[in-house]
Amino acid sequence: MLKLGGGGGGGGGGQDWACSVAGTGLGGEEAAFEVARLGDPGKAGCRGPGRGCAGIPDSAPGVGMLQAGAGGPARGGQGVEEVGAPAAGGEERPARHPSAPALRLLNRKPQGGSGEIKTPENDLQRGRLSRAPRAAPPAPGMGDHGGQPERSASHAPGTPAGAAAVNGVLHNGFHPPPIQPPRLCSRSLPGGGDAAPPRLPLQPELQPQPPPPQHDSPAKKCRLRRRMDSGRKNRPPFPWFGMDIGGTLVKLVYFEPKDITAEEEQEEVENLKSIRKYLTSNTAYGKTGIRDVHLELKNLTMCGRKGNLHFIRFPSCAMHRFIQMGSEKNFSSLHTTLCATGGGAFKFEEDFRTIADLQLHKLDELDCLIQGLLYVDSVGFNGKPECYYFENPTNPELCQKRPYCLDNPYPMLLVNMGSGVSILAVYSKDNYKRVTGTSLGGGTFLGLCCLLTGCETFEEALEMAAKGDSTNVDKLVKDIYGGDYERFGLQGSAVASSFGNMMSKEKRDSISKEDLARATLVTITNNIGSIARMCALNENIDRVVFVGNFLRINMVSMKLLAYAMDFWSKGQLKALFLEHEGYFGAVGALLELFKMTDDQ
Amino acid sequence: MRLAEHIQNGGVWRERQREQRGQPGQEHHTAPRRDLPQPGERQALRHRHRRVADQAGILLHRTAQSCQSALLRPLRQALARAPPPPACSCLPPESPTCVAIKTPTDFRDTEQDHEPPYEISVQEEVTARLHFVKFENTYIEACLDFIKDHLVNTETKVIQATGGGAYKFKDLIEEKLQLKVDKEDVMTCLIKGCNFVLKNIPHEAFVYQKGSNPEFRFQTNHPSVFPYLLVSIGSGVSIVKVETEDRFEWIGGSSIGGGTFWGLGALLTKTKKFDELLHLASRGQHTNVDMLVQDIYGGAHQTLGLSGNLIASSFGKSATADTEFSKEDMAKSLLHMISNDIGQLACLYARLHCLDRVYFGGFFIRGHPVTMRTITYSINFFSKGEVQALFLRHEGYLGAIGAFLKGAEQDNPNQYSWEENYAGSSGLMSSSPELCPTQRPRSGTFDLLEMDRLERPLVNLPLLLDPSSYVPDTVDLTDDALARKYWLTCFEEALDGVVKRAVASQPGSVDAAERAEKFRQKYWNKLQTLRHQPFAYGTLTVRSLLDTREHCLNEFNFPDPYSKVKQKDNGVALKCFQRVIHSLDALGWEERQLALVKGLLAGNVFDWGAKAVSDVLESDPQFGFEEAKRKLQERPWLVDSYSKWLQRLKGPPHKCALIFADNSGVDVILGVFPFVRELLSRGTEVILACNSGPALNDVTYSESLIVAERIAAMDPVIRSALREGRLLLMQTGSSSPCLDLSRLDKGLAVLVRERGADLVVIEGMGRAVHTNYHAALRCESLKLAVIKNSWLAERLGGRLFSVIFKYEVPAE
Repeated sequence: MLKLGGGGGGGGGGQDWACSVAGTGLGGEEAAFEVARLGDPGKAGCRGPGRGCAGIPDSAPGVGMLQAGAGGPARGGQGVEEVGAPAAGGEERPARHPSAPALRLLNRKPQGGSGEIKTPENDLQRGRLSRAPRAAPPAPGMGDHGGQPERSASHAPGTPAGAAAVNGVLHNGFHPPPIQPPRLCSRSLPGGGDAAPPRLPLQPELQPQPPPPQHDSPAKKCRLRRRMDSGRKNRPPFPWFGMDIGGTLVKLVYFEPKDITAEEEQEEVENLKSIRKYLTSNTAYGKTGIRDVHLELKNLTMCGRKGNLHFIRFPSCAMHRFIQMGSEKNFSSLHTTLCATGGGAFKFEEDFRTIADLQLHKLDELDCLIQGLLYVDSVGFNGKPECYYFENPTNPELCQKRPYCLDNPYPMLLVNMGSGVSILAVYSKDNYKRVTGTSLGGGTFLGLCCLLTGCETFEEALEMAAKGDSTNVDKLVKDIYGGDYERFGLQGSAVASSFGNMMSKEKRDSISKEDLARATLVTITNNIGSIARMCALNENIDRVVFVGNFLRINMVSMKLLAYAMDFWSKGQLKALFLEHEGYFGAVGALLELFKMTDDQ
Repeated sequence: MRLAEHIQNGGVWRERQREQRGQPGQEHHTAPRRDLPQPGERQALRHRHRRVADQAGILLHRTAQSCQSALLRPLRQALARAPPPPACSCLPPESPTCVAIKTPTDFRDTEQDHEPPYEISVQEEVTARLHFVKFENTYIEACLDFIKDHLVNTETKVIQATGGGAYKFKDLIEEKLQLKVDKEDVMTCLIKGCNFVLKNIPHEAFVYQKGSNPEFRFQTNHPSVFPYLLVSIGSGVSIVKVETEDRFEWIGGSSIGGGTFWGLGALLTKTKKFDELLHLASRGQHTNVDMLVQDIYGGAHQTLGLSGNLIASSFGKSATADTEFSKEDMAKSLLHMISNDIGQLACLYARLHCLDRVYFGGFFIRGHPVTMRTITYSINFFSKGEVQALFLRHEGYLGAIGAFLKGAEQDNPNQYSWEENYAGSSGLMSSSPELCPTQRPRSGTFDLLEMDRLERPLVNLPLLLDPSSYVPDTVDLTDDALARKYWLTCFEEALDGVVKRAVASQPGSVDAAERAEKFRQKYWNKLQTLRHQPFAYGTLTVRSLLDTREHCLNEFNFPDPYSKVKQKDNGVALKCFQRVIHSLDALGWEERQLALVKGLLAGNVFDWGAKAVSDVLESDPQFGFEEAKRKLQERPWLVDSYSKWLQRLKGPPHKCALIFADNSGVDVILGVFPFVRELLSRGTEVILACNSGPALNDVTYSESLIVAERIAAMDPVIRSALREGRLLLMQTGSSSPCLDLSRLDKGLAVLVRERGADLVVIEGMGRAVHTNYHAALRCESLKLAVIKNSWLAERLGGRLFSVIFKYEVPAE
């Protein structure tokens, strides 16, 4: 069970807790990220109530950028999740599509003549949106593509940004939802200048600007879209699940249709109804299942249906019980297809078949990850931005969470931190390569913490880490050289040797569990940071997107990463984060469900 | 310096030997005698060289101290005078030492039977030697005492120290030695040291492949060492790009290093010592602790083409299981985690900087097979074989060497060439960390390295086709187990004879037998070490076995056991010279060419140590020579390109021939000189290169000078050629029975270039078969030898006394 530092529900508890994560006093590098110490009113108190933002007051009122477990009831269950990445390896996956550069070039083309993607003919050719009713008048200059093409239209012609649109999620064949207008990018951020996302010069569309007058309003287009979508016949039967079975955590996304007609309600079999009710009326399942209520995406249109997308996780070790439940509830009678990704999709495939009579549709986890990420980013986070970064990452006083527009995400380095870590270079939605990976990931953090401190959960480990001081454990440059090591321009506060002080027995005896937990967290995080940074340099990419459940409720690591990217690259690299950290694989799997049905 | 018990300390001190040349009878300046780590062996030195330890320095692991010496300058001046002409001095008969040659004032004396053509005198060699000794940190006091004992030069005021201990022990050092501690930058020292060993020790770097045979594969470093990546894994990791001798750049690092292994390992396993942790790790199963790809994917990884054994998440299992994990398994998992991580970072940096060689050093590596193995694995894995992980034999000394070099900067040690002394150095893995640490003998010192300073810088022969791919040795005994077994046995069996020869060479010495016995013991032990650890001194070759023997003989004051044999052989052969020339001149041109070649070969036939042969020679040298020619294999020889050679001789003369001579006596006088004479007559200039120092019965440079003069006195062709500079006698810079064309005297190399040598003649088994058999040159070359070893003959597909006559013309 999570021992939240603070009281009551929601934001309050989360806030305290998050603050404590962020606020352990370190003399070392990581101290730079400190925003506030636990119980340091001067810092922690600066946030408005209810804004469960872990130590980063958000400039946008009402934007609760909280992930620090703020919302939901006490979280149980085990923490770290697994990317499922075939991890430690440096093995490179072949890009799905032939040669990266060629593809990118190709992809860039249409953006000039955006007409290509705007006409129904093109849609037909593409064979993806062919089910959209012919009758529907194409939105002038916009097409049927929902959010992404619209945004691409706002790109100045000739900017490479168009690639994003063309390669956007749409080609997966699902019908994008109505956009919550004005979406993330065009949304003029409240608070004006201070909240301005970065890369402004590159992305004119980011600037607050009125919608082009000759275009229909996004809202209208959405309505059109919905009509078109609802006319669509080939749609997978409910329930709609996407699963990502990692090494530590299973991530499940569930789409709850909210537009169920009375007729449908009547037709809905008992089985299906009970699943829906069970999932949506609870926030905890069994001993270890958790619904991340704060991540729920509301009023989403997927595959022509409107509803809410729920995010649920439980430990992979509970997988067998889950399968058992599927069997008991006679899940197979629903004739649904379970789209699953992650290593577990392969590992448990046979169990699903033999025990629950369910056929898994297995999907590549990296494909799913990317598609899911692009999708969630495109729909936004209930009107708020999905992607964010830290402003002034090297200045703990000024370090702040800021929204970031990921409309034109390519190329990006995608660092997926689960039990292990996979690093991908993404050039377009379906052109990417796995650059490398490391086995030092969330699993390592939790594993070592458990061994070193006797803790049992990720939450527990993070809580301890929040209180600890890694400089007692690590040997700093100044411990060796008495100060900065000028020859190499190393600050005295830099960590020279992680756990280096533990070589001495006296220090081993004087150390606290919290210090050890903190040192473990800092060590693992910094290591991922430096590998990611090197990959970014090697791949010549300046945007590094960190995802994965290692970052869940883990402000310490996020700020460390933001700091490391900025500091060591002298500001050249930017660390980006996403609100739905670990769920993209599962979302990607769900998207595949639609695509599958569409392709039939 | 928290590197407690296992971190080696090294000591370095330098010494010099007083020059005695030309000062017969003069008392040596005597310095307080040091007790070296191996007192038994070193006492012998007292007889040989009264060394003056002019200064000392220690260095502790990461705490390298070395001292700067005021004595280096006079020393260098002394060396600048070398090589002197043979000095005249009397031979103190009871004092066996190094040998120099005295030219008799009256040649006619030697016309008498059994009169030596020259006298042999004793002189003290002037050599500088670097000694490196490792002490464990716990023995810092002993280490300082050791330095103090060797610190006789009171003018030394400063001691250079580097490493963390330079801070920690500063006060102790200053108080105890009364020297000011000059703290040197760790990385600068490390890199200076690294450059130094890479430059001066041919088989310094190696790749390590556990399980393959051989596990150690040594690299030939020179000539292009730069740029390279040095990854130093101490408590943290530093990644440095080294571009030139003096230019390097810290390009990155990681805090996950040896300290993490040690610190985290100690926490997890309650094991305090680094070596014990490694020992634990070597017995563990990481798969019990790590989450593997197959743990996530089940059996499906195979169909997906994934390697199930890849670690998906280090320590991933310890997060989910309630089970207890064994210390061994955790240690192993930790080792994998850290090694993989370092390897991955190293690869990323190597790729970013377009480097394909990464040298690893630091106490995390320090010769531990288990870490070298995991690092190598990791580098191969992450770079897909594109980056090579290299380790250094003397990795543990780099900081110390660097600190010393820093202190001795004004003397510019880099202007010299240095040579590893096999006798005084303990080889790789001499203190095997594989042994359970508790079984390891614990002592103040546990590892040694000695480097002899050579009088002159060594460089590549400019005629090498591709210096970077040149490998002198023909057979790699590390690789070839059969050959290794044969040659080790061969050297063991020959040891008795060598001991006898050594004793016999110093009849006046009271302790010759005792020293010879010590020599036997030492060399025997080296051979046994090499049986079990063929990699101990780099690639094991016949050459290294021969060189080790020479170094050991030297160590016990038998610098030239063959001096008297050579003296006699030369005398005998000189007497036959004119007769041989007459009979050659009587032949027709074509016959003469064959006779000359046979003469060259015949000199190689006999083992002059064999008594029967000596008897024949002594009774009738001329007969012996003819007999030898008859013993030669009839043509066609085993390797026979004589016809091609003859054809070539019918063409225009060569501009300049470089000839590497082999044995003293008949070989050089009746074989080489007539051949030289013929070349000179053709209008070809000749550079005759002989060893700088003694090795077996090989003719030395000093001897060659005398022999040439004696021959010049008899033969007008040689006389005029010497006078006119068409015949030049040079030294090779070597004291080995073999020949490394990548380490030749700079003067020789310069001359070769100046004169535009277009023919290289290499003669004898040691130089043309054991080494250089495959050497590719940019000009014509002649490699000739008689195979006097039946095993080798068989290997080459011939019989005893088979002839190698390899004439090669480079492709256009």
